[in-house]
Amino acid sequence: MSNPANLKYTTSHEWVKTETDGTVTIGITQHAQELLGDMVFVETPAVGRKLAAREECAVVESVKAASDVYAPLAGVVLAINGELDSAPEKINADPYGAWMFKMKPDNAADVAALLDVTAYQALVDNEAH
Amino acid sequence: MIGDAMALKQTPLHATHCSMGAKMVDFGGWDMPLNYGSQIDEHHQVRNDCGMFDVSHMRVVDMKGDGVRAFLRYLLANNVDKLQSSGKALYSCLLRPDAGVIDDLIVYFMSEQWFRIVVNAGTADKDIAWMREQAAQHAPLLSVTPCHDMAMIAVQGPNAREKVWQVLPQTRSATENLQNFQAADCADYFIARTGYTGEDGFEIMLPAQQAADFWIALHRAGVASIGLGARDTLRLEAGMNLYGQDMDETINPLEAGLAWTVDLKSARDFIGKSALLAHPPIRKLVGLVLLERGVLRSHQIVHTAHGTGEITSGTFSPTLGQSIALARLPIAVQVGDTVQVSIRDKMLNAKVVKYPFARNGKSLLPG
Repeated sequence: MSNPANLKYTTSHEWVKTETDGTVTIGITQHAQELLGDMVFVETPAVGRKLAAREECAVVESVKAASDVYAPLAGVVLAINGELDSAPEKINADPYGAWMFKMKPDNAADVAALLDVTAYQALVDNEAH
Repeated sequence: MIGDAMALKQTPLHATHCSMGAKMVDFGGWDMPLNYGSQIDEHHQVRNDCGMFDVSHMRVVDMKGDGVRAFLRYLLANNVDKLQSSGKALYSCLLRPDAGVIDDLIVYFMSEQWFRIVVNAGTADKDIAWMREQAAQHAPLLSVTPCHDMAMIAVQGPNAREKVWQVLPQTRSATENLQNFQAADCADYFIARTGYTGEDGFEIMLPAQQAADFWIALHRAGVASIGLGARDTLRLEAGMNLYGQDMDETINPLEAGLAWTVDLKSARDFIGKSALLAHPPIRKLVGLVLLERGVLRSHQIVHTAHGTGEITSGTFSPTLGQSIALARLPIAVQVGDTVQVSIRDKMLNAKVVKYPFARNGKSLLPG
């Protein structure tokens, strides 16, 4: 599965989608779900919580291990995907559809500073070797 | 990374795993399959049908010569006098003089001249050194010989034995009446009705050069390949200890849920006995089921009315659909108690239960 070109990425393997209203939607990448394996538990941040960039704000747990999810940028949590409570395996089946939370960025320009798909793919390729 | 990967040891099935798309991981210095696809699917496959595991990293050690029974009577915490018919097997701990667990193992009685022992991969070298050191003192004529040219494949699940007989019809008559914990030596194949999953099945030792063909034949017969990931969730549901996690050289078997494997009643002396008698246990191994959402993991701290303890093995149980664990807690804790587990910044409730949690495809939890 290739990483969508219309998304931005972080070095900690979150993907970030900018919506038309300027809010962002966040999930974990194909590479991250593949490393973790079968997902069994997702803990999302509280709606309304203010997050600093790179703050630990969510957890994904597979059978194998727990992994922190970081805020890709500073902002406020607007919504969470409650569907993942009962169906965490959706992250394995469709990592770019199974979003985890939405944020309103403090500074819209922060999105542009994230990795584009080429830079992210290079990071993943580099980790594999 | 590349240097490490090259230094890892490989079983005779390594190339087969890679060609089947396994995700390989470093397991105690061995490059082993973690999973071939979904680890949860592999788990259910074993509980509902059958699957096969490469366990060739474990070490087979043959002990041969006059007086081998008398030596093992002293070396092992369980009593080999329970083994009276050829092929019978026994699970036992190998203890230090202070009763710390050097390893857990299975010993097969083949004849009064030959006992076969299977030990864990990561501990094999120190086990053999210890066995030889003890033999030098107490039974210098015995030979202690590791078998390096052997592979071991476990086929487990309700349909496992039928699949093995389909592939090895010549072994059927010698193995269809085997009881649990009994083995038959069938020419090239040493076949034991043992396992590490809580399901029926066989563990099969065979010459290394035949391992790949046998694996492929089982695969063609419909036996799924299963990685170490599912092996761990299966053994934990079945309430079986993992050496290095649930016990090690700093823990005695009475505090690791293994009192049933230690014979303190007979007059027999064995290494570690006097230490066990001198130090009654103050902790015990219990089962935990998490009552809230989350996943129990080893080393999480458990708070009880009688003091704190620690989770030794924890996971998400695919059969139960909730998180389970083994934990070493103060001995006064009772089945039915509710305890609190520290998970990141939260304290979550868990219930103390009897284990095994699941066997033969079914949950054993009440209600």
